[in-house]
This record gives sequence, structure tokens and C-alpha cells, in this order.
Amino acid sequence: MKFTLSWLKDHLDTAASLDEIVLGLTRVGLEVEGVDNPADRLAPFRVAKILEAAPHPQADKLQILKVDTGAGEPVQVVCGAPNARAGLYGVFAAPGTHVPGIDVTLKVAAIRGVESRGMMCSERELELSDAHTGIIDLPGQPAVGTPFAEVLGLDDPVIDVAVTPNRQDCMGVRGIARDLAALGLGTLKPGTVEAIEGGFDCPVEILTDDTEGCPAFFGRVVRGVKNGVSPAWLQQRLTAIGLRPISALVDITNFINFDRGRPLHVYDLAKLEGGLVARRAREGESVAALNGKTYALTPEMTVIADAREVHDIAGIMGGEHSGVETETTDILIECAYFDPQRIGRTGRALGLTSDARTRFERGVDPAFLEGGLQLATRMVLDLCGGAPSREVRAGQPPEVAPKVDYTPSLTQRLTGVTVDPGKQAEILAALGFAVETGDTWRITAPSWRRDIDGAADIVEEVVRISGFDAIPSTPLPRAEGVAKPTATPAQLTERTLRRAAAARGLDEAVTWSFIAPKDADSFGGGAFTLENPISADLAVMRPSLLPGLVAAARRNSDRGAATIRLFELGRRYLETGERLTLGVVFAGARQEKDWRDGAAKGFDVFDVKAEVLALLAAAGAPVDRAQTFAGASPWYHPGRSARLGLGPKAILAEFGELHPRLVRDFDLSGRVAVAEIFFDAIPAPRGKRTRPFYAPPALQAVTRDFAFVADKALAADTLLRAVQKAEPKRIAAVRLFDLFEGAGIEPGMRSLAIRVTLQPDERSFTEEEISVIAGKIVASARTVGAELRE
Amino acid sequence: MPPEDRKHWGTVFNGIKQTFLRGYEEWRAFSEEFEINAQLMDDTVDVTLPVDPARLGTVHPVSQVMDELAEIFADLGFAVATGPEIEDDWHNFTALNIPESHPARAMHDTFYFPEALAKEGRRFLLRTHTSPVQIRTMMSEQPPIRIIAPGRVYRSDSDATHTPMFHQLEGLVIDRNIHMGHLKWTLETFIKAFFEVDDVTLRFRPSYFPFTEPSAEVDVGCSWEGGTLKIGGEASWLEILGSGMVHPRVIAACGLDPAEWQGFAFGAGIDRLAMLKYGMTDLRAFFDGDVRWLKHYGFSPFAVPTLSGGVGA
Repeated sequence: MKFTLSWLKDHLDTAASLDEIVLGLTRVGLEVEGVDNPADRLAPFRVAKILEAAPHPQADKLQILKVDTGAGEPVQVVCGAPNARAGLYGVFAAPGTHVPGIDVTLKVAAIRGVESRGMMCSERELELSDAHTGIIDLPGQPAVGTPFAEVLGLDDPVIDVAVTPNRQDCMGVRGIARDLAALGLGTLKPGTVEAIEGGFDCPVEILTDDTEGCPAFFGRVVRGVKNGVSPAWLQQRLTAIGLRPISALVDITNFINFDRGRPLHVYDLAKLEGGLVARRAREGESVAALNGKTYALTPEMTVIADAREVHDIAGIMGGEHSGVETETTDILIECAYFDPQRIGRTGRALGLTSDARTRFERGVDPAFLEGGLQLATRMVLDLCGGAPSREVRAGQPPEVAPKVDYTPSLTQRLTGVTVDPGKQAEILAALGFAVETGDTWRITAPSWRRDIDGAADIVEEVVRISGFDAIPSTPLPRAEGVAKPTATPAQLTERTLRRAAAARGLDEAVTWSFIAPKDADSFGGGAFTLENPISADLAVMRPSLLPGLVAAARRNSDRGAATIRLFELGRRYLETGERLTLGVVFAGARQEKDWRDGAAKGFDVFDVKAEVLALLAAAGAPVDRAQTFAGASPWYHPGRSARLGLGPKAILAEFGELHPRLVRDFDLSGRVAVAEIFFDAIPAPRGKRTRPFYAPPALQAVTRDFAFVADKALAADTLLRAVQKAEPKRIAAVRLFDLFEGAGIEPGMRSLAIRVTLQPDERSFTEEEISVIAGKIVASARTVGAELRE
Repeated sequence: MPPEDRKHWGTVFNGIKQTFLRGYEEWRAFSEEFEINAQLMDDTVDVTLPVDPARLGTVHPVSQVMDELAEIFADLGFAVATGPEIEDDWHNFTALNIPESHPARAMHDTFYFPEALAKEGRRFLLRTHTSPVQIRTMMSEQPPIRIIAPGRVYRSDSDATHTPMFHQLEGLVIDRNIHMGHLKWTLETFIKAFFEVDDVTLRFRPSYFPFTEPSAEVDVGCSWEGGTLKIGGEASWLEILGSGMVHPRVIAACGLDPAEWQGFAFGAGIDRLAMLKYGMTDLRAFFDGDVRWLKHYGFSPFAVPTLSGGVGA
């Protein structure tokens, strides 16, 4: 909401400086977003008079001017404007001045051999308008040397405030003035509106058939108006706040909209067929609005229509067909109250915003229909002449004057600030509240404050005027002793995993929670698709972290990254809920070409397997009990992927190489290794603070190596577990150290070499004991189909 | 040989033997040394050859800042709460005193899920703020309550300073005699700890949020020296927080008695806090996963924020 300082002073009698006003606005909750004085930009441009104009000897279109700038001797200026003539009062720019419209800093220069010391400016050169047919020709005889901005009435700072949605009253300058007056920055001027008696009955009917959407429709006709351009003061006001002056009648409605927060509409009576009625739109109706677009209407929308067609999307935008024009002589002024909720719904449905909607949607003052109509009539008569009819008042505006019970001590209770009850009453009165004091105060809010709905609102009114600065900084009560830990086990797991992954060399990325539908489909399908995504590529809530990570890997690869190790810790959005997950992607070179190790190596399934096991171990998962199950979701390479779990149903992670088809779809190359850790499935540790007793065994462990031959289909893990199971108490570790197939091994078979570590407890193993254990190991291996290699 | 002679010659021979033995030892040591030295001559490498670079990853600034926030607020007795990102309109709006027709609903640029998914008349959406966690906490826990709720939030908005997904921090305190003075102290204490400054000036401006009353926007006093932000002083103001006393209607909507329980809530943008503290300028880069950016702006996994070690990595 923009306004100028002088506009504010129409309503506020104040001696306060601009700075005080700006500070005051922010203090009461009207955040100042900017202050701009056009005069500052125009400061170097001053009124000057052309004393003489002589033809240029070298150029037909140029003249040599003698200009009185008000500073010393007249100066010589070469000028090409056709309207330059002796006696003209214009705007002069001295050498050294930057002229914004042509982006040139003036210098003393010779133009076709004649020295020119400055410039007479056009409106376009000063960025005031597009006019460039000649230099500015000021009316009257303004004092030479006066700043041009002053002559133009532009020396008026424009203040831009952010009005919060609850403060409809501050969508008009008067409401802002009232707040400042309450703050003590001046006195609110009476602002009374005189009633104007009409000389004849309104010649057309004004009705409301939609008392819910339009509870009140006031109006009157004015005959014999002359709709020319509005006077300079009005044009300046509107221009200053960024509105384009159109015609006196339109400018009047715009002015009142910003002056009082009161939207109005003016119809050209000649273009109406009969009177006007507020009603719901009918199925299939549409209206060509003033913005040049046609809107299809629905029966949910309130409109203003005559006997023939819809002329106005009520409270949002007028229609093109019945708008006033220069030739308009008879008008109908509409001043109505529209239901804020319906305005909001209609505006959203049509995707149409306007200054009127912004106000009606927040709820205009229902007690200012009469005032708005009379004020408009007054201005029409003053600026356009004409004869007004008597008013028509169809319907009743709602009675909005919220009543609130309040105890003055509540202010202290909610804010910690003590404000004397007398002062509280004074503040409330200044804001227009009616206060009945007593044990409990009975407070009636003014009609323009429909936002007031409880005692807490009264507290806010009191404190925002008395000053938020006075809120005393008060320490929160603190529990005794050292602060207690607050993190949950799940939060601790998350933090540990994150730092473990980073410590292992992975970089943490944060990618969008929503992904492209085709990517969601490739990774199991999304359960939630947005109705209004910001783009088609960000439409489906991700069922997996991998598409986002793989896409990030691709972007990095495109930028030339040789090695990409990324992880993300975030949610997957599944039918069953949002599940915290850690995703990993490895792409590019695991190891670049190296002087020690030779050729570059890529990533494969075993890199992510190692990563997954390490991270799960860091997170406290019982990885020694975890099993690897071959195969994973369809987006993995079917032969090079697996699930890891405490059982087939208790899956902790999925890992492997990305399906080659997806590697291609994502424009990547080589093997891309990916994994997801479903760490919310990690069982909670059954932790006791005290550890069970343990002393390292006194006797040294012994090792024995075995080589088995088995079908290639036998999973290594199955064999290792079988070996372990042969003598679980004595076998401390089982490790596969060689894998071989080929010469000497039957086709389809492979050799697996295993080192078993045996831990004696009280006394060393005898050779016989070791033989017995070895026998059990061989027997156990045989049960899974592995034979000792001879 | 007479015993005295035997003793004499014994000493003599023993001396000769010792001399020989010493000589042999010396010779042996010398020749070993010679041999090692000879080997070393052939066993010299160029020690300036490069080794495998240390492979240390990074923690994303948003995560780091969330850990910092958790650490600071833990000292003030706040736990970390979470809630769903796919929310319903009751928790995201209605319970927060934003009825259906409220202009604030339209202002939130909400991402919606199709009407068909609605359950019990509640429409699903992506939460537009972390405030629904207030509701969920008040409905599931008995006061006194002190929580912060960091997390992802979503608005249909995208330009240089807005991304459709970003991170917010919510704070909530519900107790018997909590007032705006406590809010002011809490935020001052937080800002001092977060930006690691001894003195901070906060400016509370009256504002409007449907779920707080009174409401305040909070600016922090700062200055810009050579383009670098310095927290402190009153040369310039930076808007960093929205806050206020929890609206009685919100407390009542959660099944608590507003005559008994009152308190404050606040919200801040985590990405923005990170940018102000660590100097990033482009929000969009946060979500791009550019390894070069992550290496530069990310944090060492060992830079765990702690009260003793500091919360500024």
C-alpha cells in the first residue's frame, strides 16, 4: 500500500518529520518497505526562462538560446526542440547533470561549432512520460531557479507499507493516519463526509437478489457529468502511487479506494439496459472485463447485471461494455458490500486480482457505504459537475462491531508489559474502540476492525501502540543442573549416520522431495501426485531417494566431476507413510588412474555393499547377524544387487548397481552403484549402561585353512555360515580369502578358500581336538553342497 | 703349572680372547651396517610423489545448522519434534486459526493433493510451514511443552530467493505463565548463541499471523561492512523471525484450556539462517547437489556442534 506524505497529511494534522512517521509506521505494525521521493531524483533540474532564441548558423533545426537559470549570467544553450522560443519557462539541466531518460551526463560541448552549456529537457528525458515532441513548457511564470519537482508538486515522498491481512482499515490512507494519531504523531482530522441530497428519484432500479454475496447495494445516478481529465492534484496522487490517471470518473473511484479503502464502481448509464441487480451468475454467462479478458462465470459468483448481461464481477473487476468514457454524460455510482469469503473464492477461481478484490476480500468497513457513496458524489460534482439523484439503498450491510470482554491485567499476563489502565483506555479510544470500564471491560470494536475477535486482540492493540520496545526480556525458567539430553534414539541414529557417511567420504546432498512422474514410475511408482505442481518435473512425491541422487550425479558428471559419492538423508513418501531413508549414489571412477595402481577403476556392487555394512554398523545395527539376499527392486541390476536384512522380512537396506536401462535413461555411463538404507527398521539397541564382564582370552588363537569346491550357485555366505555353525563356540572368525574357478576345477564349479580362526579358552587345543573340529567343519560344509578340495 | 701361574696365564688368555671377541663383534656390526647401507643406496624413492588424497565427505549446511539449533535449544530445555510433510488442511490451516476463507490460505501458495485423496473431509497438502507440528505436539503431549521442530516445508514459489521446497524451524513453549518477555529472551539468547555474538539487538514489530496474538516480526540489528554481514548494533535491520503468543483458539483447538495454558511460538527459515551465518548467496544451490558447492560450503563430519566446542563450525 503506497501513499504520499501530503496525502497522509490530508487526514493527519502533524508536525512530525518524515523520519518520525516512517519509524512510527513500523512501530505500530505497518512495516515500511520503502520511501522514495521523486524530488531527490529531479533535484538538479530547475526552472529556467528562455530569454532569446536565435537560429543556428550551421543547422536549420537548431536554435541558440539564451537561458536565465536563476544563477548568475544567462547561459547559452543549443536546442533542437521545435517549441523552444523566447519567453518559454522550461526545465534546465546544467553541465555535470545526469539526465536519466537518455542516460547521459551533460558536458559543455560545441554543437555544430556553437558552444552549449546545458540542456532544456523534455518529459521523456526526465522519465516523467513518453512525451518527446518538445521541451517542457511550464504554464504561468514560475520563479526561475526553483527546483522543478517543487513546481510539479512532486516533492512529496512516497511511502510504501506492507499491510497485514487483518488490517483492511489500513488499505486506505485514513486508517493509517488513525494509527499514527493513536501513537501520538498528530491529530486525526475529522474526515466527515457531507450528505448530498438528490434532486430527483433514481431513474433505474438498484436491487440485490443475492443477499448472502451482496448484502447491501447502495447507488445513485448523476446526470449531466463531463468526464474529462482529472485535475493535476488528483493525477499526481495517483501517479505517485503507481496508478495511471484515466479520466476524472475513474480517477475518483481509484482515489477513494486508496484514500478510504472503499472500492466503488461507476457505470455509464446509457450503456445499461434498465437498472442493476446483484445476483449470482448463471451457468454459461461470461463477462468481458476491463482488463480486456473474458471470464467464464459460475453460479458460485456474485455479479452485477442489467436486464441484458453481466456488467461487473462483483467486487473484483468491472466490465468493458458499461465502463465510463469521455463522452459519458449520465452515470450510476455503485457502493456495495460484498461477502469477503465469496470474493476470495471467486477471485481465486478466476485467477483475478485487483485493488478492489484486495479490499473486499479482507472485509471493507460495512458502516461506510453511505459515506463512500456521498464522498464519491461530492467528488463527481466537484470535478465533473452534474445533478445527483436520490440514493437507493438495497439491502443492509452486516452489523460488524465485535464486542470483547477484557481485563486490563491481561496485557501484563500475555506480554509482561505493564500499561496503566487509563492509558489503555486512551489508546483504545484513539483507535476507535468504545470502552466501558469496570471490573471487566466491555469493549466494542469499531466497524472497520472485523479482525478483533478476542481479548488477546485487545492486548495487541494496547501493546503495539504503547510500544513493543517495552516488552521486558525475561529468562525462561531453567531446570536445575546440566541441561538434560533431549534427542530421541531415532534422531541420534540419524545424526550418527550422517556424520559416518561424511566421514567415509560421501558428500551430503539435499534434493527435491518431488520428482518427475517418469522417474517415480521407474523407482516403484509414487503414491502422491500434486494437483498443482510448480513444474511437471516436480510433481510426484519421491518413492525413493535414488532418482534425485542419480540426477544430481548426472549433473555433476556433466560438469566434469570424475568421482561422485553422494548421499542424502531424507524421507520417502509411501502409501504407508513417510520413511526416513539414507540414499547413496556412487558414479564415475572409484579410483582415478594412478601411478601406483594403474588404470582407473569404476564402482560396483561390492563398493556399496561395503558402504552399507559400514554405515549400518555405525548406526548400531547388528550387522554380524544380517544376511544378504540376492536380488533387489526392479530398478537395480538383477544380477548385481541385493537386500540386506535380519531376515527376509526385516530388510535394513537395498544395494547394488543401477539397472543399465536407467543408467542409459539418466545419461550416465559405466556402472552406477546405489543403495538405500531404511534405518527406521534398525532395531532399537537393548542397551544397558554396564557392559557384561569380559577379559581378553589368555591363550592365542590358531588358524586353519580349508579349500572347498562347490557349485557356482552356492552362495558364499551360505558356506561361511555353515562353517561357522560347525563349532560356534570355538570358531571366532571365518574369512573367505580366495575364490578360484578354471583350470583344475570342473566347469560350473568354483573353489572357495577359507581361513578359520579357532579360539581356545582354558587350555590350548591338542592336535586331536583340532582334527575333530576340522572334521565337523568339512561335514557342515558338505551339508550345503561343498566338498573339501583334495 | 703353579696355581699363581695358572691364574696369571688365565688372565692373559682371557684378555686375548676378549680382545678377539670384541674385534669380531665390531667387524660383524660393521659389515651388517655396510650391507644395510649398501641396500639403502638402492632403496630410495621420490618421497614427493603424491599419495591418495584424504577422502573426507561433507555435511550439508542445512543439516549442520539443524544440529546447531538442536544443540542450542537443548540447553534451554527444548526437545526436537517432527511431523509429516504430507499434511492435511486441518493441521496446516484450520487448527491454526486459518479458516477456509481466510486470505492467508491463499497467500500460502499451497501445493495440494487431489481432492479424491481427502479423508474425513480433510484435504491433503504439502505443509506450508512447520507450524502444524505445534498442533500435533499440543494434541499428543501434556504441557509444559518446549519443542523446536525443524524440517522441510513447501510453497509454490520459485525465484532467486524462493525455492518450492525449503526448511523452517518452529519453536513452541506452552506453560502457565509464559509471556512475550520470555519469547524476547529466548530469541535473544538463541540469536546470540547461533551467531556467536555477545550482544544483539532485536527489534520486535507488531505483525499478523492468524495463529498468534499478539504477533511480532523480529528484526536483528546488524551492519554490512564491505559486503559482509555483522550481527550487532542498530545500523541496519534484518527480518529473521515471525513469532507471537499462541492464539487462544489454537490452544483450544488442541484440547487445552487457554485460561490455564499459554505460551509462545516462533518460526524462522533455516536456509536463510545458514546463508546469513555462513555467507551463501544463492538459495537454489542448496538443492542442486553440486559436489563443488558441497565441498566448499559443507562441513566436516567432525565439526559436531557442541556447547563446549561451540556451535559455529
